Amino acid sequence: MRAKLMSLFLLGLVRLLTGAQARWYGCPPKAERRIYFANHQSHADLVMIWAALPQELRSITRPIAARDYWTRTPFRQWLTSAVFNAVYVDRSRAAPAADGTPEPDPLEPLVQALTSGDSIILFPEGTRGHAEEPQPFKAGLYNLALRFPEVVLVPAWIDNVQRVMPKGEVVPVPILCSVTFGAPIQVQAGEERRPFLDRARQAVIALRDV
Amino acid sequence: MNQFLRGLTPTEQVGALFLIVFGLLTMISLVAFFLGFRRDEDDAHEGRRASLADFRQLLGRSWFMVVIFWIGWAAGETAAIVLFALIAFLALREFITLSPTRRGDHRSLVLAFFAVLPFQFWLAGTQHFDLFTVFIPVYVFLAIPLVSALAGDTQRFLERNAKLQWGIVVCVYGMSHVPALLLLDFPGYEGKGAFLVFFLVFVVQSCMVAQHLVTRYLKRPPSVPQISTSFNWGSWGLGMALGSGIGVLFSFITPFNPWQALTMAFVACAAGSMGHLVMKALKRDRGITSWGHRVSVTGANGLLDRVDALCFAAPIFFHSARWYFSA
Repeated sequence: MRAKLMSLFLLGLVRLLTGAQARWYGCPPKAERRIYFANHQSHADLVMIWAALPQELRSITRPIAARDYWTRTPFRQWLTSAVFNAVYVDRSRAAPAADGTPEPDPLEPLVQALTSGDSIILFPEGTRGHAEEPQPFKAGLYNLALRFPEVVLVPAWIDNVQRVMPKGEVVPVPILCSVTFGAPIQVQAGEERRPFLDRARQAVIALRDV
Repeated sequence: MNQFLRGLTPTEQVGALFLIVFGLLTMISLVAFFLGFRRDEDDAHEGRRASLADFRQLLGRSWFMVVIFWIGWAAGETAAIVLFALIAFLALREFITLSPTRRGDHRSLVLAFFAVLPFQFWLAGTQHFDLFTVFIPVYVFLAIPLVSALAGDTQRFLERNAKLQWGIVVCVYGMSHVPALLLLDFPGYEGKGAFLVFFLVFVVQSCMVAQHLVTRYLKRPPSVPQISTSFNWGSWGLGMALGSGIGVLFSFITPFNPWQALTMAFVACAAGSMGHLVMKALKRDRGITSWGHRVSVTGANGLLDRVDALCFAAPIFFHSARWYFSA
């Protein structure tokens, strides 16, 4: 009940501040297993994309949250687990895995979520960027795409959010933002990791000017 | 009829005014609705259908505005203040979205949205009209660039601050004068502020609509093609004449005599239509045609396009009324 109220409050707040517009170019909103991958510039990205999705998809779409940051206080933990239904990943182990070192798989929670039929929201840059264009993507997206070839990969561009709440600020300011969803991409037969990740990144950047 | 209306209390008079306006709008909407049933088979009707669609849009906006004003009046003064504060908030949000801001502007933006805006409307609501008039042009004028300077970012400093100041003056300062009119106490005219707001909005809106329609039918070449493809002095003059004429017709609901009503309506129409042109120039500078250029399904965008004329007309109208009638 409290989680329900909190999500209504957050939705209202995000709509008042940013408009939370979803622009579907290239694919309709649809209840199928999807990985939404987007640029990452602010903590508000997660809330933005969550608010932009239609009500029916919001409940079956789970964002990824860094375990170290989002479980540090009880409130953060409650917020991410009860309201956003987030999947926690360990950032500390994610870094060496990106280089291909065989370690306990940090993608395991994501694999579980996808196996149980949920969609996920992924920020493949791994961390918040400051530049105009997103940083190079990490390998997680490629690995998940290989393991779940039937899951639809939808690129998304989150526009303007960094202006709402720049890194280090606590009070958000009202500025209209939008999330643009593009045409799904797939791993081509025999495609290497790096070319695919670059192609995925280009697909995200291309949505900026749609 | 007139005797009967004069015998009513101010509240009943305002209520009657809304009843009349709603009645008129309903009739016009019904006519437009039934016109939609006409069979249009040949191409000659193509143009008429387009203008009917255009007219419907205009009608929709009028409904929207009238309903907003009705809610504002029916729910009391506090609700009216909050309502207009919300409109100013959304308009400023649109303005800021399309002005390039940098990280260093964040604190100034917080100040503008969460301190200046509520305080200005609070001043209007509590009728502190002396401070209300100078608060933004005098105090905020210094406060905003100061906060920006403290952030230590010099890149395009003047441009960024000028844009923010502009946004505040148009969206907050201008819009806050509409509810302030509600609370302005003319000697012998207490409790009838709603008539003044109605007068202002109706006169300005008629002038804009008339100008729009005349332009559509006269098809004169635009006077300032770089700024607007539709504006020309001929249709502007006709719009002004019509707006001022309506002002005279409605002088009986205001504290003005017909000549004063004509002047006030003329001033309001001139400010509104010229302000609209200035906002068009701003939009052209940003390379867009409307403030809600990415049209959304929620329809929440493009608010500033609708209220900009009012934002320019209200402060001038308010100030002339106070100055001339020492209200």
